[in-house]
Amino acid sequence: MTNVLELRGITKRFPGVLANDKVDISLREGKILALLGENGAGKSTLMNILYGLYKPDEGQIFVREKEVNIEGPNDAIAQGIGMVHQHFMLVPVMTVTENVMLGIEPVKNGFFLDRETVSKRIKEISDQYGLEVDPHAYIKDLPVGIQQRVEIIKVLYRAADILILDEPTAVLTPQEVEGLFKIIKTLIAAGKSIIFITHKLKEVLAIADDITVLRLGTVVGSIKPEDATSEALASMMVGRDVNLTVEKTPAKPAETVLEVEDLYVRNERQHLTVQGVSFNVRKGEVLGVAGVQGNGQTELVYALTGLLPFESGAIRLLDESIHRAAPRDILERGVAHIPEDRQRHGLILSFPIHDNLMLCTYYKRPFAKGISLQPQPIFNNAEELVKEFDVRTPSVYVNAGTLSGGNQQKVIVAREFSRPIELLIASQPTRGLDVGSIEYIHQQIVKKRDAGTGVLLVSSELDEILALSDRIAVMYKGKIMDILDADKTSKEQLGLLMAGVHPAEASKN
Amino acid sequence: MTNSTLEIGSTAEKRRRISFGVALVVTGLAIYLLFAVNTQPGALTTFGLNLLGSRAVEVSDLVVPALPAIYLLAAVAVFSGAYQMARGVRSTGWLVGILAFTFVTAFLLWGARDKSFNLTGMLSSSLVRATPIALAALCGVISERAAVINIGVEGIMLIAAQVAVVTATVSGSLYVGLLCAILIGGLIAAFHAFIVIRFRVDQVVSGVAINIFGTGVTSYISSRFMQAAGDKLNNSGTFPIIAIPGLSKIPVLGPVLFENNLIVYLTILLVIVMHILLYYTPWGLRTRAVGEHPKAADTLGVNVYLMRYVNVIIGGMIAGIGGAYFTIGSVGRFDEIMTAGKGFIGLAAMIFGNWNPIGAYTSSLIFGFADSLQVKLQILRVPIPSEFLLMAPYIVTMIILTGVVGRAVPPAADGQHYEK
Amino acid sequence: MSNTTALETKEKKRSALRSELLVPALAVLSGLILGAIVILVSGENPLLAYGALFKGSFGNPLDLIGGLQTYFSTGETRALLRAIYPFTESLVTATPYIFAGLSVALGFRCGLFNIGAEGQFFIGALCSAFVGYSIQGLPMIVHLPLAILAGALGGALWGMVPGYLKARFGAHEVVNTIMMNWIAFRLSDWLLNGPMKSSGFRPVTPNVLATAELPRIFPDPLRFNLGFFIALLAAYAVYWFLFKTTLGFEIRSVGANPDAARYAGMSVIRNFVLVMALAGGLAGMAGTAQVLGVDHWVGQGFSAGYGFDAIALALLGKSHPFGVVLSALLFGFLRSGATNMQSMARIPIDIISIIQGMVIIFIAAPDIIRWLYRMREVKKEETVLTRGWGS
Repeated sequence: MTNVLELRGITKRFPGVLANDKVDISLREGKILALLGENGAGKSTLMNILYGLYKPDEGQIFVREKEVNIEGPNDAIAQGIGMVHQHFMLVPVMTVTENVMLGIEPVKNGFFLDRETVSKRIKEISDQYGLEVDPHAYIKDLPVGIQQRVEIIKVLYRAADILILDEPTAVLTPQEVEGLFKIIKTLIAAGKSIIFITHKLKEVLAIADDITVLRLGTVVGSIKPEDATSEALASMMVGRDVNLTVEKTPAKPAETVLEVEDLYVRNERQHLTVQGVSFNVRKGEVLGVAGVQGNGQTELVYALTGLLPFESGAIRLLDESIHRAAPRDILERGVAHIPEDRQRHGLILSFPIHDNLMLCTYYKRPFAKGISLQPQPIFNNAEELVKEFDVRTPSVYVNAGTLSGGNQQKVIVAREFSRPIELLIASQPTRGLDVGSIEYIHQQIVKKRDAGTGVLLVSSELDEILALSDRIAVMYKGKIMDILDADKTSKEQLGLLMAGVHPAEASKN
Repeated sequence: MTNSTLEIGSTAEKRRRISFGVALVVTGLAIYLLFAVNTQPGALTTFGLNLLGSRAVEVSDLVVPALPAIYLLAAVAVFSGAYQMARGVRSTGWLVGILAFTFVTAFLLWGARDKSFNLTGMLSSSLVRATPIALAALCGVISERAAVINIGVEGIMLIAAQVAVVTATVSGSLYVGLLCAILIGGLIAAFHAFIVIRFRVDQVVSGVAINIFGTGVTSYISSRFMQAAGDKLNNSGTFPIIAIPGLSKIPVLGPVLFENNLIVYLTILLVIVMHILLYYTPWGLRTRAVGEHPKAADTLGVNVYLMRYVNVIIGGMIAGIGGAYFTIGSVGRFDEIMTAGKGFIGLAAMIFGNWNPIGAYTSSLIFGFADSLQVKLQILRVPIPSEFLLMAPYIVTMIILTGVVGRAVPPAADGQHYEK
Repeated sequence: MSNTTALETKEKKRSALRSELLVPALAVLSGLILGAIVILVSGENPLLAYGALFKGSFGNPLDLIGGLQTYFSTGETRALLRAIYPFTESLVTATPYIFAGLSVALGFRCGLFNIGAEGQFFIGALCSAFVGYSIQGLPMIVHLPLAILAGALGGALWGMVPGYLKARFGAHEVVNTIMMNWIAFRLSDWLLNGPMKSSGFRPVTPNVLATAELPRIFPDPLRFNLGFFIALLAAYAVYWFLFKTTLGFEIRSVGANPDAARYAGMSVIRNFVLVMALAGGLAGMAGTAQVLGVDHWVGQGFSAGYGFDAIALALLGKSHPFGVVLSALLFGFLRSGATNMQSMARIPIDIISIIQGMVIIFIAAPDIIRWLYRMREVKKEETVLTRGWGS
């Protein structure tokens, strides 16, 4: 069997980072190669090189055993290489047809866009691979799972036979993942070869023909799925034995700290994205909110923290209503918030660490007397927190933007945990972090819970929800499908709820 | 959007509905208090429909009994306000239209009572005055659709105005002047694109620098060379009016639309061409993709930087035509700072027109109307100081920018640098 | 932290400061070179022109020596005063620049682009002039502060309108401040031809009363006055406010990352309005300083170009109050000297605007300067000045 694609000795340096160091990988024709590695292991860099978005400093690329020079996406496309990006490369305000034809637009009358021909072709591809995509729909109206299929159509429309799927399951429900796997198998049956990039071990074992593991920019090994176990892959990926579970004792829930009743929230575009949500969080427990991203979790958290006003319903914090309360009001009542987007909300990247560590309390003693800021207490506070939370930084004077993602998140956690809090709202607290940081943050959250803080954990990673939660609420299309006890719940059950199906109904059918 | 979004009206929407209703009722009352009360029962307002010296077939003027007409308009405003509060109309365009129409018409009926007011003349001058605004707006549309803000239109127009008149005077050909204006416009825009794309300069800062530079360099040349040289450098004449055979004979429409100079026609042509280009050609699709999601375009092999360069430069050329209008298109000579903020008003027209060519042209017409209204009112001796009437276009711009009249959505990547 | 790292940080800070100063210096130099090219193209000798510029801004060193000699030998001050006249005139010119530059710099720190300093300047001047000439019989100690306050409030009001529109509706302040400029010009046309017109033919206000004038330091014709020191005081106040107070911290946070500021419980809206009001107030004070300290009356075209100059100043001073003072002094010398250059070398004063435009571009694009002078690249966070149309 021939190698349809081979990368040899690829090296890529960014200022201060060696992103890929002499990486060799090969893809067999008609097979699925899984590229496994942690966030920051250099998978995406490697694929961007293959797709011509980056230029490698060293190394060669062979397509069908012929060396090729890929200068840009056009070259990659010409070699039959197509890429489905992790963050979809779709223009939301345009139709499926327009997105697919972009870059290689056929024209009629020598001048005008020929939308009809493209629509017809999309319909054909869609039927051939069972993709079910309407060519005339606008991207912004399509659910995430369908958008991903549009991405696949874009690649197929360009007649690619080598497909790169970059973290394709990150935004899907377990059921949608099943659907994707089915599509992948149809593609393989049609003779395509696929590189499947992921950091999820179980998926790799389920679908790959070959596995190559990357760590810190180098290949640590290649292995067949039948010879591998989750544990073995995990330690290859991380470089040491990893504890895949979080140690915690049963929760000792006390009185209610947060009560949400029939809450409706509109997002910034005036869409009603939270529709009648009710739940409560008690002191000393973790309530996990599971769900595929974009089902109203973000807006729910924004409403709870005062960043978005809510339409109707009630939020009570320690028995006091917070209707129309400003963010500061809510902060002062003891709510800590680890925001979903840490660079947008959590930090001011151009400010030094010491300022970021007092971002929510700068107006209080000891940081300020009257309106005058007090540099010494600000510095001391920063020094203490950096030590306590193990933030790796040359000094507290450097800008937050210079830190790695894990250390940035530690700065946020340090700041939020350093003031007296009753309720912790943690939204996607470990997204994009390395395993070490994930372990650390999980431990901190459990520690806070054990100290009697109520925790609301919002995450689209089911494993994280299952590892940390005492109770689990599942959100789907702005509603809570069900709230379950964590120890009586299976992943499959949650998966169905995340797709909007009650398990009871599912078994009936 | 799901059904439930429609079922539960948001509080913001409710507030908006009520406030629009109130605004209309208040307009009705204002029409009554300001205009009806001051108008004698028998007063007649004459709207002139013929333009002196035009080729159009003559028609009789429109004579309206002022008071009953004002009452009617007030009633229309109040009634639609009441209807709006009770039922709610979704289209804000209609509401704003009714509001503006009733108020402005009542104002004219009152202002021109017992006098004659040349309606055709005002419409014609609206179109002419809208021209530089529209060209600035089109420059904005084409650049910003590719996500490059060009706030330097004002400076580009100023320089192009000067270049046009000097080259036209020296060469003796207005066409040479126009061509040079287009070239210099493209050149400055290319510079803007270069430092913005290559050196990642903040787009607004670069635009401001171009404006300052434009003011400086034109004033410098004007006082160093042009004043001394007099007519030798600064007297070009203007493009002649071209009456389109046949069409210009239509009453009212003829003189307004079909008796204009080259630049006015060119502007209308550009609007149509640009609309077709943007929405029906590969170039337009790529431009819009680059403005909305440059990375997506890049991954499909579209050259983001090239698209941006080309669009910004074409935009600059259009602004160059806009500059030429000020001199060889209207007065035939250059004065310092003669653009008087028209470039910025053009940008407001672009925003109000929702970043599309036809919308931008329509809103430019509104500005042109406000501008020419102000001139006509001075002639009518309406007892309002002319300085306040001159403020009107600026105030209208500010109101439009509040988005109360309907919020526009800029291209998603507008104003952002793109890095691979 | 150990001592060595503390030292390293200090060393780094010092080298950072050096590169902070180097780029503006080279930008100004490049602007002047380009100006020289323009002069050359105009058919004049740039060396002569810049020589006239220097004499116009600093005075002739020989005159100064002569003046000092006369003073020490005879006690006669006239020659000395004549010798320092150009220098003091430069400081007089720099005074409104300091205020206006601070105005724009303060806006930048909050992520707002105040192009309206021009209109705010005009309104401030008109308000101060009005209080200055219309209220009679007050002692100076009351009248002068009152006239200054009027200017600051007038400017603040003019700045607050776009600030409020931005905060409430997200309307872009760049366009709105420019519209406010034009409204200010039209309003002043009306005021100067009507309600505020003096008895003469020309459309100017009456002279302010002596009790509202900023006291002059030297005898006539030297116009150097107290305004300069008030400007320096204002610069220090802005520095203290921005970097040493909680309010300043909020403003800088909103400017650097409005989303994070909101998350941290700061009111973005309130800060936008506050900053635009303060910025307007400072620009208004610029007008005040000019009318109460120098001209004593306001006429049409009074504000010519201060608003745009202020942008260049703020950029050149890296939006830092002390940087603004330095660049204001530089521009003061340039402008003041350019007047001399205009009469001596027949180079229109507008050359300064050309140089300014170039300086702004160079400052906004330090990469151009680094590229021109082959400097090493310094990687650092870039400050975002503006954010699209803000909708």
